[in-house]
Amino acid sequence: MNNIVVYCEIEDGHVAEVSQELMTKGRSLANELGCKLEALAIGHELDGIENQIFPYGVDTVYVADDARLAPYTTLPHTAIIVKLFTEQKPQIALMGASSVGRDLGPRVSSALHSGLTADCTSLVIGNHEDKKQGKVYEDLLYQIRPAFGGNIIATIINPDCRPQMATVREGVMKKEIFDPKYKGKVVKLDVAKYVTEADFAVEIIERHMEKSKVNMKAAPIVVAGGYGMGSKENFHLLYDLAEVLGGEVGASRAAVDAGYVDHERQIGQTGVTVRPKLYIACGISGQIQHRAGMEESAQIIAINTDPEAPINAVADYVITGDVAEVIPKMIKYYKTNTK
Amino acid sequence: MKAYKVIVLAKQVPDTRNVGKDAMKADGTINRAALPAIFNPEDLNALEQALRIKENFPGTTVTILTMGPGRAAEIIREGMFRGADDGILLTDRAFAGSDTLATSYAISQALKKVKDFDIIIAGRQAIDGDTAQVGPQVAEKLGIPQVTYVEEVQKIENGKVFLKRRLERGVEQVSCPIPMVMTVNSSAPDCRARNAKLIMKYKHAKTVTELQNSNEDYLHLYNDRPYLNISEWSVGDIEVDHAELGLSGSPTKVKTVENVVLQAKDAKVISALDNEIDDLMRELIENHTIG
Repeated sequence: MNNIVVYCEIEDGHVAEVSQELMTKGRSLANELGCKLEALAIGHELDGIENQIFPYGVDTVYVADDARLAPYTTLPHTAIIVKLFTEQKPQIALMGASSVGRDLGPRVSSALHSGLTADCTSLVIGNHEDKKQGKVYEDLLYQIRPAFGGNIIATIINPDCRPQMATVREGVMKKEIFDPKYKGKVVKLDVAKYVTEADFAVEIIERHMEKSKVNMKAAPIVVAGGYGMGSKENFHLLYDLAEVLGGEVGASRAAVDAGYVDHERQIGQTGVTVRPKLYIACGISGQIQHRAGMEESAQIIAINTDPEAPINAVADYVITGDVAEVIPKMIKYYKTNTK
Repeated sequence: MKAYKVIVLAKQVPDTRNVGKDAMKADGTINRAALPAIFNPEDLNALEQALRIKENFPGTTVTILTMGPGRAAEIIREGMFRGADDGILLTDRAFAGSDTLATSYAISQALKKVKDFDIIIAGRQAIDGDTAQVGPQVAEKLGIPQVTYVEEVQKIENGKVFLKRRLERGVEQVSCPIPMVMTVNSSAPDCRARNAKLIMKYKHAKTVTELQNSNEDYLHLYNDRPYLNISEWSVGDIEVDHAELGLSGSPTKVKTVENVVLQAKDAKVISALDNEIDDLMRELIENHTIG
C-alpha cells in the first residue's frame, strides 16, 4: 500500500536503461519515505526478469506475461496498470519519458484522474502548505522541470490525487545497483483478469527497431553545434573535430529543428542527457533546456561570437570567436602535438 | 468511397523558440505580450495529414478545434487558408489555469458535442509545455484507441487506419480501428502553404465575439456565406462538470516558479588568436581531458 512503483520498459528481454535509472531513484525516494519500492514488468517470456530488477532494491515485482503484451501497445498495458494501481494505491508512479512512457503515462493518468508531470529533471520529497485551505501536505513528490521554452523552472505537485506520476528522460537520473543480492518477491498477475479483447484493437503489422547508432551518452567528448552553425554543411567541421578527438557530435534543439542534424543527436531536456569529460558547445546560445542536458559535463568549452551567450555561464572556457576559424586551429594543434 | 469527419486539435502557443531580450519583464516574469503567438508547429504537421486524407477521400471534412482565448481564432483562420473547412473555438474563463488533464476533459466534452467524428489528429506536443499529454488523455476520456508518434497515414480501409510511427529507436507500422486519436511528429511532412484562393474566401471568417467587436458594414455577408462563421463555444455550450474544469479540475499544481537566472562560474575567456587556442589545447592535453 502507498508504495513507489516503477514501470519497467522491456525490449528483447532487457530492462531499459531509463527504467534502471528510475528504480535507482525510486529506491532512494522509498528509503526517504519509509515505503517499499515496486516494479512492473509487462511483456512476454519474462521468466527470470526479476533478476535484472531486484538488484536495484525492488521489494515486489508484478509480472504480467502474455504473448499479446509484447511488443508494447497502449491499451493492454494501460488496462493492467490502471487496475493494479486501483488495487494497490501506490503514492508515486515513475515511467521513462520515452516513446513508450510518453504514450502510456498520459493514458493512465487520464483514466485515474491523477496528475502527471512530463520530462522531470529532478524529483525531491518535500512538504506543501496550502495557505488558502489552511492545510499542510507532508512528503509530497516535488516534480521539477523547465517549462515555457526553458525560461522558467517549475516545481509541480499533486496534493490530492494519487499516484503522483512523473516521467523522466533516459540519462537524467543516475543508475546504481543498490545491492546485487537484494531479493524481493515476484507477484504473477493473471493477465486475463486485467485485459479484455477490445484492448487489442491496435495491431502492429511491422516493426524495425534498431539500436541507436549514435551513442553520445558513452562518448568521452561531445562536440555539439547550435543554430549559430548556420548550415548543415558547416556541421562538417564538428564531425571533423569529433573524429580527431575521438568524440561524438551532438546538437541543440534549434539546430535539429533547422534540419542541420538528425533528431537522434539532440542534447537537452527533450533529447539526450550527456555527462562527458569534455563538452564543446559551438554556436549554441545555451537555452536552459539545452543546458539541462549537458551542464554536468566535467569540462565545458563554449565557442560563440556572442560574448553574452547564456552558455558562457556554465562554461569553463569561453572562446569568443567564429567557430569556422577556431575549430581548424584546434584540429591543427592537436594533430601536430599528439602522437 | 467513404468520406471521413476529421478533427484537428490545435493550439495557439507563444513562440518560445524566439525568446528575445524583451520577453522577460523587470520583475522577472514572462512578458507574454512580447512573444508572437503562433500555430503550434506539430499541430501544422497534424493538419497536413488531415488535408491529405481529405484529398484522398473526397467529401471528407476537416475541422479545427482549439481551446484558448478569443485571439486563438487566428489559428482557425490560418488552418482555413491551408484547406480546413471550418473551426470551433472553445473559449471561457472557466478553462483558465487548466493543466493537461482539465484541458483534455474540456476538449473531450467538446468532441462529444461534435459527435460522429472518425479521426482526431493532434500534434505530438505543444512547444510551450512539451508534455505530449493532451492527445492520449483525450483518447482515454473518449474511450477510443490512440496512436502516437505518427509520421504517415499510409491508407484507410475497412474501417481501419494504417499508420507509420517514428519512435526513438525505430519504426512501427500499425493498424487502428476508427474512431481513433493520432498524434503527429515533426518528422512528418510539413504543412502545405496558404492558398491564395482560400485566403480570399476565408479572410473575413469570424467568431461571434469578433463580429460583435467589429464595425462590419457587411454583416449580411455572414448570413449569405455561412462558412464565414467560426463556431465559438463557451462552457455553457458543452456538457461539463464544473469541478473538472480549470484550476479545480487540475490535479497538478504549480508550487513554485523560478525564473532562470544564470549564475556565472569563473570561466576563462580567450579569443580566437592562434596562441590562445594553442595554450588551451596544450592545457587540455596535459590534464588528459583529450588525447
